[in-house]
Amino acid sequence: MQIPVSEIHEIIDREAGDEGSIISALEKIQQHYRYLPKEALILASQRLGVPLSQAYAVATFYNAFSLKPKGKYCLQICMGTACHVRGSPQLLDQMETKFNIKAGETTPDHLFTLETVNCLGACALGPIVVVNDEYSGQMTVQKSDALMKRLIRKEGLD
Amino acid sequence: MVSIHTAQELDTWRESLTAKVDPDLPVITVCGGTGCRVYGSEKVWTAFQDELTNQKANARLNYDVKVTGCHGFCEKGPLVVIHPQGIMYTNVKVSDVAEIVGETIVNNTVIERLLYVDPQTNEEIECEQDVPFYKHQHRLILGLNGLLDPTRIEEYISQGGFDSLKKVLVSLSPEDVIEEMKKSGLRGRGGAGFPTGFKWELCRQQPGDVKYVICNADEGDPGAYMDRSIMEGNPHLVLEGMIIGAYAMGANQGYVYIRNEYPLAVKHLRQAISQAEEVGLLGKNILDSGFDFTVKIKLGSGAFVCGEETALIASIEGQIGEPRPRPPYPAEFGLWGKPTNINNVKSWASVPIIIDKGSDWYASIGTETSKGTVIFSVVGNINNTGLVEVPIGISLRELIFDIGGGIPDGKSFKAAQIGGPSGGCIPAEHLDIPIDYESLQSLGAIMGSGGLVVADEDTCMVDFAAYFMRFTQEESCGKCVPCRVGTKAMLETLERICAGDGQPGDVDYLIELGEEIKRSSLCGLGQTAPNPVLSTIRYFRDEYEAHIVDKTCPASVCKGLITYSVIDENCTGCMVCLRNCPEGAIQGEKKEVHVIDADLCTRCGMCMSVCKFDAILVE
Repeated sequence: MQIPVSEIHEIIDREAGDEGSIISALEKIQQHYRYLPKEALILASQRLGVPLSQAYAVATFYNAFSLKPKGKYCLQICMGTACHVRGSPQLLDQMETKFNIKAGETTPDHLFTLETVNCLGACALGPIVVVNDEYSGQMTVQKSDALMKRLIRKEGLD
Repeated sequence: MVSIHTAQELDTWRESLTAKVDPDLPVITVCGGTGCRVYGSEKVWTAFQDELTNQKANARLNYDVKVTGCHGFCEKGPLVVIHPQGIMYTNVKVSDVAEIVGETIVNNTVIERLLYVDPQTNEEIECEQDVPFYKHQHRLILGLNGLLDPTRIEEYISQGGFDSLKKVLVSLSPEDVIEEMKKSGLRGRGGAGFPTGFKWELCRQQPGDVKYVICNADEGDPGAYMDRSIMEGNPHLVLEGMIIGAYAMGANQGYVYIRNEYPLAVKHLRQAISQAEEVGLLGKNILDSGFDFTVKIKLGSGAFVCGEETALIASIEGQIGEPRPRPPYPAEFGLWGKPTNINNVKSWASVPIIIDKGSDWYASIGTETSKGTVIFSVVGNINNTGLVEVPIGISLRELIFDIGGGIPDGKSFKAAQIGGPSGGCIPAEHLDIPIDYESLQSLGAIMGSGGLVVADEDTCMVDFAAYFMRFTQEESCGKCVPCRVGTKAMLETLERICAGDGQPGDVDYLIELGEEIKRSSLCGLGQTAPNPVLSTIRYFRDEYEAHIVDKTCPASVCKGLITYSVIDENCTGCMVCLRNCPEGAIQGEKKEVHVIDADLCTRCGMCMSVCKFDAILVE
């Protein structure tokens, strides 16, 4: 993907000036592109006067940042404790098998990214699966199978 | 919006706001907490508004409808409460809205099918405060959550908001405030339980003009979401507490460090800050006292360790969130090297309440050594999932059975895990202990930030311990060796046990390693990481031994130790499991008993999930 430099400058302009703003700047870039493009990381470090090594350290330390582009559908499985005791590990296993990727990876066709999250705080609905910010609660392997099939069919891959 | 320069002007504004409230006007409150939103409460709210417009157009009736913060009873969402009567409707759908307006608002009759039914007595309960879930609570901090529209500072003001701030700025010296906090007995609600008043005093006594106060809203424990609910539902309360604290300690700048994963809380907090700035309750010369204070928001980027105060400070400074050794404590050397005080959301939110009602009153709630109320998020295998605020010292039994409604599906209680990844499990034999800092510690658990996860008979305690260890191992920042290497070694051992490859001596090895990690780790994360393992060994050693010696998982959870089979008597040969099995591991003909091929079976649980005849056995 080609990233227009001016766009990154604009994002950084909004964040510059505040002490400790490298994290905020990277957050905004992540929000915009759903990952941190290499160009943006370099530019942010230059613009904010932070060594690239520190920018990279920040980008790899915090879970919110990703150095790889995400798939069209980002499937998040809540691994909070409540979801865990209600069976979320089974759902993760099932999705890993179905898409043939591990949590944190993206399918080679860039359609599906599988992620685990540490508690979405909607524990009454556990186990929860979120697809691009849309929540599905009280999931079972049966319901999650239907969910995956629906997405696959939508993409004409069936 | 008005501009408030003096205490007098605040009073006048409040009077004018309360005068506008018609006490007889029906008010419909729709819970806007994250849980209820997931259930669709926003659509319910819109439907009420449309209905209202429609009614007004026909000049038939008038009522008010608002979205409030989290009511706490997440299990039954979306929740709708109608004031002034306090009628509570559960699981409300858009299709119920017209009926609620027609019956309850117009005809003043209650719709029985939407009421909460007490599973113990099978009786319908009309009013929110009579529902057992709420009846046994003491909602100080969460009290206004279900009443206020959190996006309007006027609502908070008309409920007495910022009156404590006025009291402090007009009539109390910083020392008086600190004395009051000390007398109240409030202990840090982030988990460690350090007395708040003493912490403030330490910061106050530091030399220098520049000091900071920070609100730690990096609520990272999985299964805990009360901080989020407070910030979503009553952000002004937290701000008021921070302003009072800043005045007491002599700080002019505050930060709220809040999780990026909580977009609604961030939004409401931003609105609260800008409204307080606009009216003059934040900024220069607040209420003509000569005291200046501003608050900024810093977003956390998803690192559990940043809940540790020195890591949190590093994160605000734009560094990676690695903790550093203490002393020096943040009170001496904190943000940008200046004296800094960090408190949890719940601690800050308690401050205006203590100032308002007095330290003696506050100290009368709770036990000898632990004062006030504490909020738990009661989750897991429990009937009434939700946020619960109780006096410290209540028994675990009351919390789980009277308020929480017990365990679903007639299953039995196995353990309550309190304090998240730093906490421990409390088994059934200790259900009657009072929940306070000391009692929990004596049983190997901690108060923590208030996550309480209930495990039933189907929970494998070894798998549960491995779950927490996986969490802390992933979240370990890697700075100190005991935590980085030790948690990994513990996790590998646990995973080996779960896979059926445990060896005699593994349990003793876990204990030895755990004690060593606790003793030698740099920060609270490592110092508490072994707790879930040590406490499950303490109370459920037999389960560990079953995995290691007998190679069985008593709760039938650990994949390496279980097999799926078909119960011949129950199987009708309906072929549903056969068609759904992703591995093609089930064979059989229509109307004949099916068979699972253990070699092909990946133990995914699909057959069990689809079988309508209870014909799948896991052992």
